[in-house]
Amino acid sequence: MTEYILLLLATVLVNNFVLVKFLGLCPFMGVSGRVETAVGMSLATTFVLTLASFTSYLINNYILQPLDLTFLRTLSFILVIAVVVQFTEMLLHKTQPTLYRLLGIFLPLITTNCAVLGVALLNVNEQHNAIESIIYGFGAAIGFSLVLILFAAIRERLAAADIPKSFQGTAIAMVTAGLMSLAFMGFTGLIKLS
Amino acid sequence: MAHSLLEKIKSGVLWDFPGGVHPPERKSMSITDSVDTLPLTDYYYVPLKQHIGVYSELRVKVGDKVKKGQALTFSNHNMAVPVHAPTSGEIIEIGEHVSSHASGIPEKTVTIKSDGLDESIELQPQSHFHTQSKESIIKALQEAGITGLGGAGFPTHVKQQAQDIEYLLINGVECEPYITADDMLMRNYADEIVHGIEVLAHLLEPKLVVIAIEDNKPEAIAALDEACKDKQQFIVRKIPTKYPAGGEKQLIQVLTGKQVPKGSPPAALGIVSQNVGTCYAIYKAIYTGEPLIERIVTITGENLDKPQNVWARIGTPVEHLLNTAGYHPEDINAQKLVMGGPMMGFNLHSAQVPVTKSTNCIIAPTQQELPPAPPEKACIRCSDCADACPASLLPQQLYWHSSAKEYDKAQDLNLFDCIECGACAFVCPSDIPLVQYYRQAKAEIRQAEVEQEKAEQAKKRFEARAERLEKEKEARLAKHKKAAENRKKAMQSDPSAQDKVAAALARVQAKKAEQTENNTDSAQSTVKSKAEQAIELAKAKRLAKQGETKTSEEFSNTNDNENASDNKSKAQAAIERAKAKRLAKQAAQAQAENTEADANITGAQNTTDAQSDTKADTKSVAKAAIERAKAKRLAKQAAQTQAENTEADANTTGAQNTTDAQPDTKSVAQAAIERAKAKRLAKQNAQAQAENTEADANTTGAQNTTDAQSDTKADTKSVAKAAIERAKAKPLAKEAQQIQTEHDEANASEPKLEENNDKSLQAASSASDTKAKAQAAIAKAKARRQQSDDNAEMNNATQATHEHVDISSDNKAKARAAIERAKARRQQAEQQTNEAASVEENDHDSEQKVRIKAAIAKAKAKREQGQ
Amino acid sequence: MTLISALIVLGVLALIFGSILGYAAIKYKVDADPLVDQIDEILPQTQCGQCGYPGCKPYAQAIADGDDINKCPPGGDNTIHKIADLTGREYTPLAGTESDDVAEEVKKVAYIREDECIGCTKCIQACPVDAIVGASKAMHTVITDECTGCDLCVDPCPVDCIDMLPLAQTTQSWKWQLDAIPVKQVH
Repeated sequence: MTEYILLLLATVLVNNFVLVKFLGLCPFMGVSGRVETAVGMSLATTFVLTLASFTSYLINNYILQPLDLTFLRTLSFILVIAVVVQFTEMLLHKTQPTLYRLLGIFLPLITTNCAVLGVALLNVNEQHNAIESIIYGFGAAIGFSLVLILFAAIRERLAAADIPKSFQGTAIAMVTAGLMSLAFMGFTGLIKLS
Repeated sequence: MAHSLLEKIKSGVLWDFPGGVHPPERKSMSITDSVDTLPLTDYYYVPLKQHIGVYSELRVKVGDKVKKGQALTFSNHNMAVPVHAPTSGEIIEIGEHVSSHASGIPEKTVTIKSDGLDESIELQPQSHFHTQSKESIIKALQEAGITGLGGAGFPTHVKQQAQDIEYLLINGVECEPYITADDMLMRNYADEIVHGIEVLAHLLEPKLVVIAIEDNKPEAIAALDEACKDKQQFIVRKIPTKYPAGGEKQLIQVLTGKQVPKGSPPAALGIVSQNVGTCYAIYKAIYTGEPLIERIVTITGENLDKPQNVWARIGTPVEHLLNTAGYHPEDINAQKLVMGGPMMGFNLHSAQVPVTKSTNCIIAPTQQELPPAPPEKACIRCSDCADACPASLLPQQLYWHSSAKEYDKAQDLNLFDCIECGACAFVCPSDIPLVQYYRQAKAEIRQAEVEQEKAEQAKKRFEARAERLEKEKEARLAKHKKAAENRKKAMQSDPSAQDKVAAALARVQAKKAEQTENNTDSAQSTVKSKAEQAIELAKAKRLAKQGETKTSEEFSNTNDNENASDNKSKAQAAIERAKAKRLAKQAAQAQAENTEADANITGAQNTTDAQSDTKADTKSVAKAAIERAKAKRLAKQAAQTQAENTEADANTTGAQNTTDAQPDTKSVAQAAIERAKAKRLAKQNAQAQAENTEADANTTGAQNTTDAQSDTKADTKSVAKAAIERAKAKPLAKEAQQIQTEHDEANASEPKLEENNDKSLQAASSASDTKAKAQAAIAKAKARRQQSDDNAEMNNATQATHEHVDISSDNKAKARAAIERAKARRQQAEQQTNEAASVEENDHDSEQKVRIKAAIAKAKAKREQGQ
Repeated sequence: MTLISALIVLGVLALIFGSILGYAAIKYKVDADPLVDQIDEILPQTQCGQCGYPGCKPYAQAIADGDDINKCPPGGDNTIHKIADLTGREYTPLAGTESDDVAEEVKKVAYIREDECIGCTKCIQACPVDAIVGASKAMHTVITDECTGCDLCVDPCPVDCIDMLPLAQTTQSWKWQLDAIPVKQVH
């Protein structure tokens, strides 16, 4: 049990996908303009990541490996991710039309969010079992959400702040992201290297 | 709990509110021994609305003599209180006067010229109020126009209607620097105030009355202590000096420890608070019967020789107050005048601003005393503002969101709980005018709300209208369907119906024959109309074949050659207009011009036509047809050349009309051409329907013609014309007409001679008229041009007309007024028609003249615009 | 052998996923776009038709269907920003203006010069919100509070007696100017 909690904590904070592994930067910069949008994106990504992580584990372990078709891994993972994203999109369109509009192009772009494929492939690399896969995917998503919402909140403040002209817009966002990344590096100290 | 709270309050426990500041007081400056009454001045400006709530309606008019204390307005609304005449005199103006508002935007104000007698109306004291019903006392308070004198101006009687009140708080805090009006009032009129409080206590029946006074006013505390000596229920409470302890919510918190929930009045907590000044006004209203027409105003500042408090009548211009106090501005233009205190007050736009019910202080400071605000610097996040905020808001956050126009977020941070006390701006080391940002944001939010409401309303109305139109359409369709069915049924059930149709057709034929017959007889007008038709058709054909340009040139040429100097001016006008046309860029504009020019000509025709008014009417109907036809054609083709032509044509027609009768027929011919064109262009006309109506009309026409008597000639003519016009659309009918008209033409010449004579006589007399008109029109047009050049002037004009366009809260009243006006106009219009009918030529003429002038002027103005 | 099994595996997977998506497409079918109502709420409801649609609702529908968001002159810049926010689209300046000249739109209302009105009722028919009162051959007048300032009555008037006048600012509608009152005055 402790193992799982540690795994979750490590994925969320220490090995944060965005600020430490630098995966999924596209939505991180793109959908962080407003907190509401960021929250919606976080929820959608969490759903997709967890589901994709688990499904790709199933496919890898029960179809590809027995049949010795591991070379099809990337292809089939992308297939899985695409389907999950598509499904999420339909669900959102039906239930949350405003959010659907707000997310716009970033919703289908979850498909190409490298964090999603990254999680699936890392699961294989680290030889996680089913539960570990789910936790790993979920943790990655939580880490992503945390950072995204924090960043969106900061950017919202920045929008009203008196920033020097040359720093306005993306520039200050980049600086902020860098500082956040530095801060997250500090979480490395949570693990005792031995 | 409540009991123990009561005990606590009685035992002298005080609470504190968060934040607050201690600005320098500067109160001693205006403290004197007694409060003088301001001498009368010549003019008083009484704004109609001096309180929070709704407008009242005027009950006086300009020229009325009023007496002191006489109500100037009335209203049945609960949130409205009247205003009263401050002295006796005459009302010399009811109009806009600079308001005692931060904006200085003029507001509706009654100006009273004092007669110096200061005669009062008969006062009706109710000093035995204990025996009166509460309703009558509350009514008396409302009638006396009493509002909160502390600053906000909330109608007092509304507060007094509250039920289940435990605590009545009397606010004698007066926390703003400089102001000593309440202090002086308490020192000198403590007994009266206590009497006023008794009235309030009688109405509210509170468990406890607490009179709160800041500890920097020991004399006032002493005076009230003395006055309340034998009142068990009354407590005089000394509270620590801290700005803004005088705010209602803050005071409640200090005295009871309770916080007033957002969006609910203190009465919900069982608390009512009143200002000491209000208590005095209540005393006056109940014990002496005098309405609220004067109040204590502090006049202070280092630019005054004798800073003091005075009893000033409501409506006294500030200038008068200042002069009384020995006003000596360093620089009259740069002099700043502040109304209210330095924390929450505002700069006056003019010294003519009147004292209102909520004016407690006028400051005339030196530059050093209240220097202009230093430039705003960047926020350094020191959070001093948050510490100072008495409402525990986050001023810095509010500032950011307000300045970034993120009003929804500002609202989330409870922007509307800000009491605009100015404490945050006072402590701000970066000199950011925070309160201004909040005020602006609040105004924007309120505006947006109003607009949202309006949009909702507009949407509803639009939908209702769409629904109505849909229903009307359906009803029409249903009616048509039913009619068709009935006809069908009739046809089936009654075989003779078919015969009837045949009979109808026969009648149409018969009518045509009769018409011809009639024409060959000597019915003059009919002959004429037939002749016209003939020419019409001929012209129509010719015009259709030749280019119109050519024809028009021909016309104007002949015109120029044939006619004398009178005509020249007309022709020139025509050419001018033609030029205007060329210049006109938009088809729509061209169209409008055309219509105007035509209207002009119609007028000209009408004036010339002195003999038979009815004839003129017929013509104007024809002209209307031309107008419509032109409008349609232009709308569709927007061919500018053609527009020119028509214009030229029409003008020539007009010119010719005025001089001789021969071209008169031409003009009618033109009309016919236009009509024919219109017909051709009118696509929307359902063919079947048209046919039906035409058949009907023709029948009527036939009958009319048969019955033709000399007195109904004009009628017959117009009906026949209309019928024929419609018939033209049908090629078959056309042929018939042609035969007929050829026939007519032969007969036409003789009777026309007579008419020609007549007409030329009239024309001679009217020619000079026309010229004068043309000149007048040109003069007008010039004036217009100047005006349009001069923007400032234009703006003035707009403003002038603008009085009508101010928004009132009462939609219904407006609508009613509008309808009434419309009715009045209709009556007038009817009258005019009657006049015309009874051949009152002079009136008719002058009417027409005005119209012509207006039309010409407009045409010119349009041209200017086009250029 | 590997080739065939790979093909079969991928084929089967694709088939399963395809059927899932197909089922979802039916199950979560979007009937009416609630977005239309939301856009309609933002639009100023002047019903002026300047966008090229006969009213605000049709334009809202058109925006939801992908039309440009910058066709509403009465709403002005503010409305475009709001719609841009709602739909997640890029803000574009009002059609026919440069991005720089976003002058504050002054709200106007129609005003009939009553002396010149001939009572033709044309404006009454043109008014989308029934804000003009009058009868045939009688003077007409505008109910100022109901007028949306849409301009539609100006063109039909045959005698040009309708002016669009800016609404007067009152103490109620006045917005504080930042430099109106120096609050911090006491030193």
